[in-house]
Amino acid sequence: MTLIIAFLATIAFIDGASAAPADECEVPQSFLVSDNDLTHVISEISDHHRLTISVVGSGSSSLPGPDGAQFAYPARLEDTLKQRLPGNDIKVTAHVQLRETTAEMTADMGKILADDKPALVIWQAGTADALKGVEPDDFRASLDTGIGAIEAAGANVILMNMQYSPRIDTMLDVSTYADVMHWAAQQHGALLFDRLAIMRYWNDEGAFDLYAATKNYDMARRVHACIGRALASQIINAAHLDAEKLQTTR
Amino acid sequence: MVANLEVAGRVAAAVPLSAVTTERDLRLDLFRGVALWLIFLDHIPKNVVNWFTIRNYGFSDATEIFIFISGYTAAFVYGRAMRERGFLISSARILRRAWQIYVAHIFLFTIFMAEIAYVASTFENPLYAEEMNILDFLKQPDVTIFQALLLKFKPVNMDVLPLYIILLLLFPPVLRLLLWQPAVALIGSAVVYALAWNYDWNLSAYPNGVWFFNPFAWQLLFVFGAWCALGGAKRLAGLLRSRVMLTIAVAYLVFAFLITLTWYIEPLARFVPSWLSERMYPIDKTNLDILRFAHFLALAAVVVRFVPKTWPALKWPILQPAIRCGQHSLEIFCLGVFLAFAGQFLISEYSGGPLFQTGISVLGILIMIATANLVSWYKVIEGRYPSSRVKPPDADLAGGEA
Repeated sequence: MTLIIAFLATIAFIDGASAAPADECEVPQSFLVSDNDLTHVISEISDHHRLTISVVGSGSSSLPGPDGAQFAYPARLEDTLKQRLPGNDIKVTAHVQLRETTAEMTADMGKILADDKPALVIWQAGTADALKGVEPDDFRASLDTGIGAIEAAGANVILMNMQYSPRIDTMLDVSTYADVMHWAAQQHGALLFDRLAIMRYWNDEGAFDLYAATKNYDMARRVHACIGRALASQIINAAHLDAEKLQTTR
Repeated sequence: MVANLEVAGRVAAAVPLSAVTTERDLRLDLFRGVALWLIFLDHIPKNVVNWFTIRNYGFSDATEIFIFISGYTAAFVYGRAMRERGFLISSARILRRAWQIYVAHIFLFTIFMAEIAYVASTFENPLYAEEMNILDFLKQPDVTIFQALLLKFKPVNMDVLPLYIILLLLFPPVLRLLLWQPAVALIGSAVVYALAWNYDWNLSAYPNGVWFFNPFAWQLLFVFGAWCALGGAKRLAGLLRSRVMLTIAVAYLVFAFLITLTWYIEPLARFVPSWLSERMYPIDKTNLDILRFAHFLALAAVVVRFVPKTWPALKWPILQPAIRCGQHSLEIFCLGVFLAFAGQFLISEYSGGPLFQTGISVLGILIMIATANLVSWYKVIEGRYPSSRVKPPDADLAGGEA
């Protein structure tokens, strides 16, 4: 038994020796590029120099506490986009309902689209469905209906899947729902922000220790800041708003 | 997988028990043993060794192999008992087996609860405020434990045993019908499968949702395995030898492989025409999607073709560990579920990288092999193994189990 523990400890030591990356938000580009363009975002920026984004999601699109909203990824996305796309009027509105399933979000979608008139909807879904054990078929149908409504309203959509949590893996299997979202995005030519894979990458690379138990808000805020930045990069990539291009158009 | 076994079954039925050579088709044990290893590996998420398991190369995975072989061996062992000793005694043995599996399931559940309770008491992180709701069931242990006893509460990775229990509970009449009118039994099974798809039949689960492995759907594979054991394989032998069949099977396996490639290599996905993906997705594991079933059949057809029962390698020492594990499937399955919990726990706790994950995987399989050998040894000293030369009439066949 001692031998076994020694063996495992040695491997863990050798294995864990890799240092944390310099920028903790670093994400491989492959997670943030796609063949699908955000056509409505492109035309809004080039014609009107503005971009209105609605974030629709459940608990994991916010942080607990009275000042949670200002540190959660929707607000951080707005900050980053304002920095990276100066001269444009950027507005991100978050519609977060704790424990709301995709079917419930779909029911609210019409009102959100009418109120915000967004060019882009970031739809964070799947967590509440996995928690409540919604039938994958029903989950898929709700996604289809919701994406259809967003497209009909003249907006692009980015689907965002679940958070990665190494602690909760054993209890909550989100992979089925993640697969459904993958297929739904593929079929509608929509973008997928693969939060599950990105957070797993951060955890595996040592950028964040997502296994840690803590009451502290610091890490949660940093993770949300990184998600906001990664989302901004994905939007800028898919709308071809990179710096050189902006300069040539001006 | 199994063409010659039927002959053994017939012989067994005709010859008095004392003269029976209980020659078991070692291919069954081999593939079931390998399936058990693969199930163990698949149950450790984010394990690099996962990339070697068959689910990444086609539609079906180790679960199909396990359920099919379990049906096959159940029919092989209890079918003979039913012919020789009648409905009552064979049914009693089947139900005793179901009881053993039930006890094993509750044992695993206890371990699982201990792990969950530990996680719940030590884990807090504002980042996961929403996900932590999954632990709500701990607030009502009375309901949760009761639902577990009713097989309705099945945490992640603990779905296969309840399926197996239900299949065995209903097996006595099914086996009776299989022995009497095999074709009727198989068609009946297919009809239940079709009805389950049509009317969304499934058993409800706790706290919500349905069974992860829908018994109305998965019974098809189990009954098909049983049907093969009781003469079906012999009937299919001609078909399996035909070149056309082989071509179709190989073509389908290649197709499935190419489709699975597009899941992992994003740019390839555009080559899948939308009419195809619309029909094909989602490939439903809960209800044993027909694509998965077909994939298993194709795999089995190719394997039976190239791995004959008399394959010399079956005697090679290097394959004996897998065969041993396959012969003690219940013990090794339960151990595998436990080791997967433990392995996942260690990998998370020490944030182990690829090397650590490989170490855990190898160590887990070594523990499974050692345990299988230990169980065999117990059977030898208790005189329940054929090498002891004394074979009590009620013993499970050849050290293997249904």
